[in-house]
Amino acid sequence: MSILINLFWVAVAVAVAMGAGWLFRAAAIALTKGATARMLRTAPVTAGFGMLVILIYVVVAIFAPLIAPFQEREVVGAQFMVWDSVHKLGTDNLGRDMLTRLIYAARNTVGIAFATTALAFVAGSVLGLLAATVGGWLDQVLSRIVDILMAIPALVFALLLLTIFGTSVLKMVLVIATIDATRVFRLARSVAQDIVVMDYIEAAKLRGEGLWRLITREILPNAMAPLVAEFGLRFCFVFLMISALSFLGLGVQPPTADWGSMVRENASLITFGDITPLLPAGAIALLTVAVNFVVDWMLHRASGLKE
Amino acid sequence: MTSKTEKPVLLTIRGLRIEGRSEETWSEIVKGVDITLHKGEVLGLIGESGAGKSTIGLAAMGFARDGCRISGGTIDFDGIDLRKAPETERRGLRGKRIAYVAQSAAASFNPAHKLIDQYCEAPVQHGVMDRSEAEGDAVELYRRMRLPNPEEIGFRYPHQVSGGQLQRAMTAMAMACRPDLIIFDEPTTALDVTTQIEVLSAIRDIVAQFDTAAIYITHDLAVVAQMADKIKVLLKGDEVEEADTRTMLANPQQDYTKSLWAVRSYARPVQPPVTDATPVVSVKAVTAGYGAVDILKNINFDIHKRRTVAVVGESGSGKSTAARVITGLLSPRQGQVLFDGKALPPDYRNRSRDQLRQAQMIYQMADTALNPKLRLRDLIGRPAQMYLGLQGKALTERIRNLLELIELEPDQYIDRLPSELSGGQKQRIGIARALAAEPKFIICDEVTSALDQLVAEGILKLLDKLQSEFELAYMFITHDLATVKSIADEVVVMKDGRVVEQGPKPEMFQPPHDPYTELLLSSVPEMDPDWLTNLLNERKQKENS
Repeated sequence: MSILINLFWVAVAVAVAMGAGWLFRAAAIALTKGATARMLRTAPVTAGFGMLVILIYVVVAIFAPLIAPFQEREVVGAQFMVWDSVHKLGTDNLGRDMLTRLIYAARNTVGIAFATTALAFVAGSVLGLLAATVGGWLDQVLSRIVDILMAIPALVFALLLLTIFGTSVLKMVLVIATIDATRVFRLARSVAQDIVVMDYIEAAKLRGEGLWRLITREILPNAMAPLVAEFGLRFCFVFLMISALSFLGLGVQPPTADWGSMVRENASLITFGDITPLLPAGAIALLTVAVNFVVDWMLHRASGLKE
Repeated sequence: MTSKTEKPVLLTIRGLRIEGRSEETWSEIVKGVDITLHKGEVLGLIGESGAGKSTIGLAAMGFARDGCRISGGTIDFDGIDLRKAPETERRGLRGKRIAYVAQSAAASFNPAHKLIDQYCEAPVQHGVMDRSEAEGDAVELYRRMRLPNPEEIGFRYPHQVSGGQLQRAMTAMAMACRPDLIIFDEPTTALDVTTQIEVLSAIRDIVAQFDTAAIYITHDLAVVAQMADKIKVLLKGDEVEEADTRTMLANPQQDYTKSLWAVRSYARPVQPPVTDATPVVSVKAVTAGYGAVDILKNINFDIHKRRTVAVVGESGSGKSTAARVITGLLSPRQGQVLFDGKALPPDYRNRSRDQLRQAQMIYQMADTALNPKLRLRDLIGRPAQMYLGLQGKALTERIRNLLELIELEPDQYIDRLPSELSGGQKQRIGIARALAAEPKFIICDEVTSALDQLVAEGILKLLDKLQSEFELAYMFITHDLATVKSIADEVVVMKDGRVVEQGPKPEMFQPPHDPYTELLLSSVPEMDPDWLTNLLNERKQKENS
């Protein structure tokens, strides 16, 4: 019987989520005009839900100090307090307010992940497009370096580099960005290789266009759709990587709130059947799903499929 | 011919309506077409792109493409209602009693399987023959399609045979179950004229031998005249008229049909020959190639101001390579290219901006020649901005000016993307982009071969007008001799990287010819329905004598 009840609540949750997604999409269409509204009209309900969730995360991250009931690092009570009216989600292993930590962690984890992904993208796509456009030895050198970096398992490599250089947020961002830039490089290069053989690129070369203009005006706009879609996916991977590193103790360092380390810090509660330590994991899962919903829609648009 | 109409009716289509989906709405693309096809009869469907020819051809199999739906009318194939029949029954018919031959055989064969394996698939699947019978039958049909080495050719992969052979293998495959009806969708459009003849005669013979009915879809009137018993002309999903082939050719009733016929007769007056002045472009003893292979072998030709030199030849003859040498994309091994009497650096990267500006190029496929993410303003404006240093208002003025030159309304088009244009309009933008550089010389690489005849004629007229206005020199690469007849001043015939024959157009179309030029000229289909029969008889007589 209890399984049926659980299933019922899952169904209700899905229905509510889809309803919220539909409402958000309808509101967004009503509030925008012209091309944006036309684009939004092609969005499925799942993408509406995804955008809504991302928007909530962004708002929470930006206004964390206004929303959170306590300070990020403030000890407000005993350890592992249960959920009550003051501490909505109880307290953690040091007696800090769980809800507050969750809200601040949105800021840290999402912010760091976004910065890392952006960095990986700038480096990876610039080098990838350059390699495809120039070709020859430059392509060979860059591609072989990337091959070597990619031959080492990402997590092991990240752990190794962080052990060598020490742990700080900046170093972690640089290390993960480097590792992920190799993946972006491969994508950008293969997309651009299909584009550089087009007649319009030949026409631009014959016109005497310089390399920079060739890449930014002729190639990049045509490579944008797969790159944007990859950005969404890559963001999730980076996000999970940061959480994994934090869980292992090499990522975001305490007392900074971070979803990955929050799971680890409160892991002992799981043995008592308390779901509180799983909330940060849930937050990660929800954002990952939301981003992928939006990415699916973008991929769909980019590939020109109608149905 | 008349006897065929007395045979029993095979296919009856009445009031066929098909809708296509675009931007969330359904619009009608075939608007009530009737077809009656008797056993063993060949119907030619002609019309421009967008006329609904292919859609109707597929509908005759009870099939609609993704994004299309058959919304009205009846399709009756030998007593079976294809619209009401369950999918399993329709699938049983396809390949067995109704077969389809697509335009691009190269894209229709699976490159991972041998030809004969693909041949045997349909008869074995439909239970008509077992595998060994099917293989024997394949060899027999390959022989009838006059493929070389019929016993062995089936054991090759698609990339190991030529385009013409592949198209014949495809037709043989369609005949595998001895269908009652075959739909040919532009089977020779992608082939050279000399190859086209072989495929056409093979198709015609095999259809006659097995008394197969056929729907032959094409935009080439001369081809349809050879193949069809009767012709139906389509325009934007509507039937214009239908008649017996001879009647239709001799006496078209509708204005639209007459305009289609008239295209073939467009010709501009030949410019007087220029011999004293320095040629704009002069190709001197050029030998060039990729790797160790020479594609061009000692090529010489001149192009003078205000003149059009047509470079003709089959695919692989080196026409496009010659263009690549002139533009500097390929450095010649020997020889050089002179521009206004001065040698051009062999590599385009070493040429000055002014040298680059003087020689422009218009491409065959406007789709790939225009950056799909740039608006017309930027596409056309960039050369003017780069070479002539135009900015702001002067630049906009120049772009509007260019759009007017190519007969597009500036206000309406200046901010459009290439995807918002038709095929002919895109090609016009290609022309405008070349003109924006204010060049002396333009290479036109098969600029009309991807276009419908009426549209192509418009492009040719435009190029002609621009030539006299700006005193341009054209190098016109083409395999279509009809185009050569209408616009060239001089003709250069190429084969296997050599110039076989060259000279002013009137002389080139008068005998005596080089044997290859003769073959090329005689292979261009004519509107006379007996042309193919006569030509084949003539060639046979020559071989015997």
